[in-house]
Amino acid sequence: MATHTAPDPALDAHAGGHDVHKTRKTAMWVFLGSECLFFGSMIATFLLYRNTTEGGPGAELFNVPFTSASSFVLLMSSLTMVLAHNAFERKDSRQGRVWLAGTALLGSIFLAGQIFEFTEFVHEGLTLSTSPFGSSFYMLTGFHGAHVAIGVMMLAAMFILSLTGRLNDEHGLNVELVGLYWHFVDIVWIVIFTVIYLLQV
Amino acid sequence: MAVTTEHVELTSTGERGLWAWITTVDHKRIGLLYAVTAFAFFIFGGIEALFVRWQLAQPNGEVLSAAAYNQLFTMHGLTMVFLVVMPIAAAFTNYFLPILLGARDVAFPRLNAFSYWLFLFAGIIIYTSFFVGGAPDGAWVGYSPLATQLPEVVRMDYWSIGLQLLGVASIASSANFIATVFTMRAPGMTLLRMPVFVWMALVVAFLLIFSLPPVAIGLFQLFFDRNFGTVFYEAAAGGDPLLWQHLFWLFGHPEVYVLILPAMGIVSEVLPVFSRKPLFGYEFVVFSGVAIGFVGFGVWSHHMFTSGMGTVAEAGFGIATMIIAVPTGVKIFNWIGTTWGGRLRFDTPMLFSLGFIAMFVIGGLSGVTHAIVPADTQQHDSYYVVAHFHYVLFGGAIFGYVAGVYYWFGKWTGRMLNERIGKWHFWLMLIGFNLTFAPQHILGLNGMPRRTYRYGEGLGWDFWNLISTIGAFTIAVSILVFAYNIIVSRKKGEIAGNDPWDGRTLEWSISSPPPVHNFDEIPVVTSLDDFWHKKYAEDEEGRAVAMPAVTGGTLVDTGPEDTDGHDEHHEDMHMPSPSYYPALTSLGIGITGYGLIYLSWGWVAIAVGGMITLWGLFGWSLEPVTRDEH
Repeated sequence: MATHTAPDPALDAHAGGHDVHKTRKTAMWVFLGSECLFFGSMIATFLLYRNTTEGGPGAELFNVPFTSASSFVLLMSSLTMVLAHNAFERKDSRQGRVWLAGTALLGSIFLAGQIFEFTEFVHEGLTLSTSPFGSSFYMLTGFHGAHVAIGVMMLAAMFILSLTGRLNDEHGLNVELVGLYWHFVDIVWIVIFTVIYLLQV
Repeated sequence: MAVTTEHVELTSTGERGLWAWITTVDHKRIGLLYAVTAFAFFIFGGIEALFVRWQLAQPNGEVLSAAAYNQLFTMHGLTMVFLVVMPIAAAFTNYFLPILLGARDVAFPRLNAFSYWLFLFAGIIIYTSFFVGGAPDGAWVGYSPLATQLPEVVRMDYWSIGLQLLGVASIASSANFIATVFTMRAPGMTLLRMPVFVWMALVVAFLLIFSLPPVAIGLFQLFFDRNFGTVFYEAAAGGDPLLWQHLFWLFGHPEVYVLILPAMGIVSEVLPVFSRKPLFGYEFVVFSGVAIGFVGFGVWSHHMFTSGMGTVAEAGFGIATMIIAVPTGVKIFNWIGTTWGGRLRFDTPMLFSLGFIAMFVIGGLSGVTHAIVPADTQQHDSYYVVAHFHYVLFGGAIFGYVAGVYYWFGKWTGRMLNERIGKWHFWLMLIGFNLTFAPQHILGLNGMPRRTYRYGEGLGWDFWNLISTIGAFTIAVSILVFAYNIIVSRKKGEIAGNDPWDGRTLEWSISSPPPVHNFDEIPVVTSLDDFWHKKYAEDEEGRAVAMPAVTGGTLVDTGPEDTDGHDEHHEDMHMPSPSYYPALTSLGIGITGYGLIYLSWGWVAIAVGGMITLWGLFGWSLEPVTRDEH
């Protein structure tokens, strides 16, 4: 084009070229920023209603040692996630798959703990409709559980894609993105655990 | 003005046919889809407004029942905010954000298509409510208990599901735009060389990213209250309906900046071109926009001054509301400074931009009166508020977007909108608008409440209501003139050429309409208003002097041979291939949405919709982005 002056070599990128890693990671970070407000709104709701039990069961239901154990399991899954990403970066997909499966397993254990907890609480009389406390407790922990479940599904998808050999072309970028999401879900659980279980005691 | 090029190929932007449009991932086509859809919804929303004004033209109006009135004013607000102004802003952003950055497309073209289709299906979902027992009738703000009562009547579920899906679409497109701005700018296009419109689009994207989640949570809570027996907003069971108001306005107030900032961006592009001067104080315009974005998150409770928050909160939010007027005022002064001493041309885009400034100043000033808590307590829920937000959202936003349509229509279609009809449009709309909404200030201050379907005789409201209704129908006539202009000019308008307005920004350096890949070679940017500086040098007194070899439209080689692409220059250029998965995924989510509205038997729709969504997502993830690579 006539408009072209001599391009500065430092500026010269190949036509339409941009760093796919950077672009996709930026979008993921933006999405996670949005998720902060998503959970923040639910946490705010819970803080508003944490004493509004309306005579129904409240914080005395919580079994803090049990939930601490399942929280520990979830936090450890961040470690295995890092190891999985590291393995895929080294193009060691066999080991990467082992850590992916481990992460998904730990996530599933956490989910099983949550299901057990929910059934216990319902038995003891705390349901969605008991009180605003019940509504906001189940909504906050339930949405977090849904995020963990979606994470487990994404890990499973990564695992299968890796088995069929369709994952390796981007230097572990997909695993890294799933990892960002997974770490976020873990970190937000630290906040939720503190707000719901520890502040009440 | 317009450069007449003999061989302009006006349909050069890719394949024809319905399937090509459904599967398109081209940001320009998606932008046009947004524009056309928004215009269609504009007609619907306008007809609803006309019914409302017809009913209120005289005391004891007999046109509508109370129930119909409630549905029509709710749908009018919902439509204009979510299905007209947001998508028309998305249309401009989609079409021009990549071009203004010197990029070939947005970061995620298929995600972009997904956002459009989800928006469309959400709009269709909201509108189907009319045919199945009544539209939402709890006002666009959906306060409880109005929104939570009568769970067996599904109309407010249509509202909550529709908004939820629109939110997902907006978050997806915002993440897309942010990633585009931060990682896909042309070489040399530093952040402070980006056109103001791009900056405003970026601020809007951040506003949406951070403001939509609170209302998403609010909508979930409301939906659960209605359908799953939770008690978030159930005062009898200990819930607090005010929580909804906080969550809603924590979104709702940034939302008004979402609606206005892109229009401010457009005006900031139009004024320099028609004043033949650079934008006065570019940095101030940019950073005042950013400041509005930040402060916009701290003023939401000024919508709730009558809810009994206590004096401390009321004082705090009142002061924050006054503070946000400062960066807005900075912009106004910069726009006036831009036109000051310029060689003004009063073409239609310029007229609408000047109209924008004048109307927005009036709306902004009445807005400041809402910051004064005792005054606001009197004005709350009166027609004074209605007058205020129509001055900023119609006199402001819509005037700005119409300026954008007149400014860029030539770029979209290759033909210019007719100037003479455009001036008729402008004056009719300006007069009609002021006839409609200026009297509502008086009505409001005389105590006429909003959202009431009837008023009695002898309250002193008869005359101004009649004037307001006459004004509303004048606006309708002006919109017909606008539509006529579009239809006529689309086929018979003057050929635009590349650079009909002697523009300053990159979109004018490429053909009209642009080729699929936008730029044959990615431009290298060396300054703000780069294209201008490639056309003009400055003499010692700072006046623009055309560079000898390159003037106006002859600067860039045009013609159909250009749009075919010179493959020897860019053999590594792969435009993303069309894909039907984004539309399919949106369709699946839409069907799921219908299922959620009718939970008792809707599980079939949820299952079918869920499966279609999964199918779409898997196909989407596994298909190659460009077919010829594999």
